[in-house]
Amino acid sequence: MDKGEIHALLGENGAGKTTLMNILYGLYQPDEGEVVLGGQPVKFSSPSDAIRAGIGMVHQHFKLVPPFTVTENIMLGNESMAGPFQLDRAAAAKRITELSKQYGLFVNPKARLSELSVGVQQRVEILKAFYRNAEVLILDEPTAVLTPQESDELFNIMRGLAKQGKSIIFISHKLKEVLAISDAITVLRRGKVVGDADPHTASEADLASMMVGRSVILQVEKTTAKPGAVVLSATGMTVRRDKTASADSDVLLAVNAIDLDVHAGEIVGVAGVEGNGQTELAEALTGLRPIDGGSVTIGGVSIVGKSPRFITVHGVAHVPEDRQKYGLVLGYPIADNLVLATYFEPPFAHGININEAAIRDNATRLVKEFDIRTPSIYTPARNLSGGNQQKVVVARELSRDNSLLIAAQPTRGLDVGSIEFIHRTIIAARDSGVAVLLISAELDEILSLADRIAVMYKGKIAAIVPAAEATREKLGLLMAGGQVGLATDTN
Amino acid sequence: MQICGTDFWVTLINLLSNTLEFAAPLTLGALCGLFCERSGVVNIGIEGLMLTSAFFGFIVGSYSQNPWLGIVGAVISSVILSALHAVLSIRFKVDQIISGTVINIMAIGLTGYLNRLFVDSGTLPSPVTLPRLGIPGLDQIPVLGALFVQPPITWLAVILVLVANYVMYFTRWGLRTRAVGENPGAADTVGINVYFMRYANVLIGGAIAGLAGAYFTLESTGTFESGITHGSGFIALAALIFGKWTPLGLWGAALLFGLSQGLSITFQALQQSSDCQFGISKDVLVMLPYILTILVLAGVVGRAVAPAADGQVYEKGRLWNWRWNCGASPNASPACLPTTILTSRWTKARSMRCWAKTARVRPR
Repeated sequence: MDKGEIHALLGENGAGKTTLMNILYGLYQPDEGEVVLGGQPVKFSSPSDAIRAGIGMVHQHFKLVPPFTVTENIMLGNESMAGPFQLDRAAAAKRITELSKQYGLFVNPKARLSELSVGVQQRVEILKAFYRNAEVLILDEPTAVLTPQESDELFNIMRGLAKQGKSIIFISHKLKEVLAISDAITVLRRGKVVGDADPHTASEADLASMMVGRSVILQVEKTTAKPGAVVLSATGMTVRRDKTASADSDVLLAVNAIDLDVHAGEIVGVAGVEGNGQTELAEALTGLRPIDGGSVTIGGVSIVGKSPRFITVHGVAHVPEDRQKYGLVLGYPIADNLVLATYFEPPFAHGININEAAIRDNATRLVKEFDIRTPSIYTPARNLSGGNQQKVVVARELSRDNSLLIAAQPTRGLDVGSIEFIHRTIIAARDSGVAVLLISAELDEILSLADRIAVMYKGKIAAIVPAAEATREKLGLLMAGGQVGLATDTN
Repeated sequence: MQICGTDFWVTLINLLSNTLEFAAPLTLGALCGLFCERSGVVNIGIEGLMLTSAFFGFIVGSYSQNPWLGIVGAVISSVILSALHAVLSIRFKVDQIISGTVINIMAIGLTGYLNRLFVDSGTLPSPVTLPRLGIPGLDQIPVLGALFVQPPITWLAVILVLVANYVMYFTRWGLRTRAVGENPGAADTVGINVYFMRYANVLIGGAIAGLAGAYFTLESTGTFESGITHGSGFIALAALIFGKWTPLGLWGAALLFGLSQGLSITFQALQQSSDCQFGISKDVLVMLPYILTILVLAGVVGRAVAPAADGQVYEKGRLWNWRWNCGASPNASPACLPTTILTSRWTKARSMRCWAKTARVRPR
């Protein structure tokens, strides 16, 4: 890797990208081989060694302390002192201001971290590296948490840094980004370098097949939707941000009087920057959170004030946003996880007893059908990879008779192979006449799957756009609260 | 002005002086909790630490006939016991609530047993107590001066609150301690030794709890009896939460609890005179501090936010570790040894997995 270069490291989840970088950063020790920095072989036994050698890392999950100020976060571990005991916050803040000017990373050193947006928190992370005089910056999946606009801003910053002679290692599994920003690409698969690519000549399809080891269909194949009757109908649906919030103030409403219809056999995508009410919308529709106003019917039955089980039994499949928290019981075997929604009904239950044989047969069948890669159907869900965990959730939800599928961030954190599988499954569900509400922060996912796209901004639906008329730019603008002159604008 | 046959001002100053003194063990106990929990280790064993150090302070003080040596003994015994808590919860990743409970139960049994041994032997020298120290000048003020004559541990409690406040918010140690308690991963990646910080803070807390224990035998009563701390360690824990895990906040809370104890004493004293009956049973008055604790914790104060990583075990690269340790390696991890059956959810799940791996049985 050269000075002033942006080098992309591409690979599926579990390919070893993060592990490799953790070794570079001294968090793990290599069993064999060596790391060469500036012509010298180096050995880092802890992050402090790596920091001293000029390596900085921005982790996928930020390593920041939310109740601390920006200054405290940046100086932590490298504090400037005004005496033998006393911290010197002012001196640190001054240095941070200088650095942020030099690199174009603007932050307020006195701001409390928990009050900053994710994009700004990321800048704090980058500043933290430069505060320690980093020459090599490792960015681990930096765009996973950003809006398209924030990502663009980050790329501008990265280009600026490269021009100032900083070397950047950019870890990602998003092909578009890698092609757009990097000067060189290395592809990893199962812990091995499978090849290098030149971003100027390589195509997305080339990179994807290098990553997965076989050719991958990136563009989801789907026929035109044949929408049927209305399945989900929401009118004036309102959800409060939390129980104590008053329903009168707009600020406290997570979902603010939205109207939304989803027909059988169509996919309605809900796009939006996270925190604009999509999570609350999905939770309210599945009974996890009370609906505070308006009417919501699913298949003609009102679900206002109903329990999650009532809604489940009435044919709603739910792929929750946080699969580890709401989708699975991590300590339970896969077989039990596969009947979490139906264990109380025959054939899985005989009165108060559980029918082990039925549960086992069900698990064996679904593991095969949904290609869940697991050593055994009794393996605890915790031990599966993210992609296989998600397949367990999807298998459970879609193996029931459903009229509506609510899928929230169904491919978050998954690798290309699993994403492909989940996408195909969702399309298949649509084609079999299920109404699908797809909530996703990934614009590409929305654009390739949805038949109609609703953009949420501050708890309201800013617009509902037919997929054919939607572009990244248009949606990005709507997501940021801008207005677009659209004939179909409902607001 | 007279009230129930005594001077009102004298009574009031007495009450305030008592408040300050009764608040001392609570303040110190809560400071122990502060250092532990700010670094991410929950310590519900404060009561046990206080009880143990009360006993050893008493024994060392009596045999040496030197109350100051007694304090040293109290602090050392408490540090040793908190080292046990630290090793259990940091090294062996035992659930910290269980480890704390172990310490509480052990302290009751240990001190009760040893106390009987010493008392039965009948060879115990006469007990000693600490002298009261006045602030020169201030203690000469008429009536009000009584407030400025306090025993040494009471003074120390006040000083330590201020010191703790400075340490937590203005020093490198404090910044790092709080970082480790909020997000140990963040501290680790900038080169801070999470385990060291946690060990050190739990031991510092132990030393402070030792002072709190010494209060009961060397400053307050001069003698030891079984269960002498009367749940003060738990009230201290309540004060810590009430004070939202800040030194000044917990001091305020401890003063409030101290005041309720002081009031209970004052009312009892006033009811001694026959023309002054409030008709409140003595038993109800004694209950006052405990009732207040329940009310406070029942949410009168609103929700307090604990340090984010409080009570959470920190493991570097956890997934990697357990696979490595569960192999045939001679240094197999404690998770694979039967010694940690009595352990946290995490470790339990891990040993289950190890077990399932070898036995190939369904883990149910």
